[in-house]
Amino acid sequence: MSFEDIKLLLVEKFGADIIVGEETGGLQPALLIDPDRIVDVCLELRNNSKTYFDFLSCLTGVDYGVEANSFGVVYHLASIPYKLQLTLKISKEHDRANGEPVFKSITSVYRTADWHEREAYDLVGIFFEGHPDLRRILLPDDWEGYPLRKDYKTAEYYKGIKIDF
Amino acid sequence: MTDALQAYNNKIAAASVEDMVLNMGPQHPSTHGVLRLELITDGEIVKEVIPHMGYLHRCFEKHAENLTYQQTIPFTDRLDYLASMNNSHAWVMGVERMLGIDKDIPKRVEYIRVLVCEMNRIASHLIAVGTYGIDIGAFTPFLWCFKDREHIMGMLEWASGSRMLYNYIWVGGLFYDLPVGFEERCREFINYFKPKMVELNQLLTDNQIFISRTANVGVLPRDVAINYGCSGPMLRGSGLKWDLRRIDGYSVYPELDFEIPVGTGLMGTVGDCWDRYKVRIDEIEQSVKIMEQCLDRLQNELKRTVDFDPRAKLPRKLTPKPQDYYVRCEGAKGELGFYFMHTDTRSEIPFRAKVRAPSFNNLSVLPEIAKGVMIADLIAIVGSIDFVLGEVDR
Repeated sequence: MSFEDIKLLLVEKFGADIIVGEETGGLQPALLIDPDRIVDVCLELRNNSKTYFDFLSCLTGVDYGVEANSFGVVYHLASIPYKLQLTLKISKEHDRANGEPVFKSITSVYRTADWHEREAYDLVGIFFEGHPDLRRILLPDDWEGYPLRKDYKTAEYYKGIKIDF
Repeated sequence: MTDALQAYNNKIAAASVEDMVLNMGPQHPSTHGVLRLELITDGEIVKEVIPHMGYLHRCFEKHAENLTYQQTIPFTDRLDYLASMNNSHAWVMGVERMLGIDKDIPKRVEYIRVLVCEMNRIASHLIAVGTYGIDIGAFTPFLWCFKDREHIMGMLEWASGSRMLYNYIWVGGLFYDLPVGFEERCREFINYFKPKMVELNQLLTDNQIFISRTANVGVLPRDVAINYGCSGPMLRGSGLKWDLRRIDGYSVYPELDFEIPVGTGLMGTVGDCWDRYKVRIDEIEQSVKIMEQCLDRLQNELKRTVDFDPRAKLPRKLTPKPQDYYVRCEGAKGELGFYFMHTDTRSEIPFRAKVRAPSFNNLSVLPEIAKGVMIADLIAIVGSIDFVLGEVDR
């Protein structure tokens, strides 16, 4: 099943407004999905007998920079029966002074997203709504700030201890 | 304090009253590094496992956003430090494909890459098998495996100058060609190593104590494995023939002849600890087979010549055109992926780089399969996952 077929399948199922855009410039095309309906899309792609995207390879939280003022999540799905790969992207504008951006969690579809989303929360500062246990995973619980944000300033002190490097 | 952290604290506080909360790690020898498992136990039965990690977090992704593609290769070596060659191979392949030079790499370079990767895979699996034995209580296999692994480490040091962290595979080529006499030394090693594997099998694989400790323990059903993103020997141990060396056919793997071992439930249930162990043992054999085929090619039609330069194809500027690319390859632990986001035409630095670490995903299934087991079995399960904390924490 080609990229265009998958696009058609999603449009037929959910209507044309589910796909916000697409990126076909590089080696791997990507579908930009409406962020509020990502769970439905993942569930459909996983359960549809024509696609069976049953394996979530990778989930990446992205900070698109201070100027772009938006955050996003990139999903890399793989279909084991059909040996396919697919990239889905969601993004939304968010003012970084205004708390964390909120996206829907897909842990109900892929359990592997659990730790990936915790990592995205930990390092990029994206809140996943509906996640069962959204704690920091790599950094200590009381860490301040999100290191992979583009405007992150390296902390000088941690609990009163000077960080030398 | 966030809601989730509060809920977690409440859960631990409540569990301390009724049950016992037990810490395993981060300095516990059977957690293979600095993994801390928080166990909620009822007597000797594990009710829940809560893994805590990050003790070895080295900010790989932050480094990758500040260094050029070539400069990041030494950092990739430190992800899965037991199989460094596989990591840099994956990274380099991704960058080469983005640059569009992956078809121009000389065949000899590709075969050397596959040769050293497979040697490193053997070394990694030897550690997995040896330390698994020690977890279960068998001390001798550990010493045997480390002795054999030391031969591989010595050879790779000879080729690259470093024992564990090689920085050998570069974008567009290699650091150096193989030293003179390397192929012959490899042959010697294979002849020495084959009977050793038979001995190891006699000592550990068919050992009744070992089988009793591992068979029917920690059964990972196939659907759970897929849903949790397990890959590599974990997924194959559950009986699914899924090896990216065959599926994607990257590098020169399509030209090589090898089998994909899967778990069959020979001693118990499909997907138990013994199956995962056995898959690794079988993979060592297959890797030896791949090594032999690489050596055949390297000693015959792809012989070293005086004017062969493995750095001839190194690109001057590593400036891919702006795009996203996710590269995946079969590392020693499973699907190793790198996701590059390149936005600037003139920059040699990715906008965002993300590692899809196989150990991270394989470990995430632990709370699921370790529910309701005995503490002693938990050790067997943890050992059979074979994770490397350098890769989990990145």
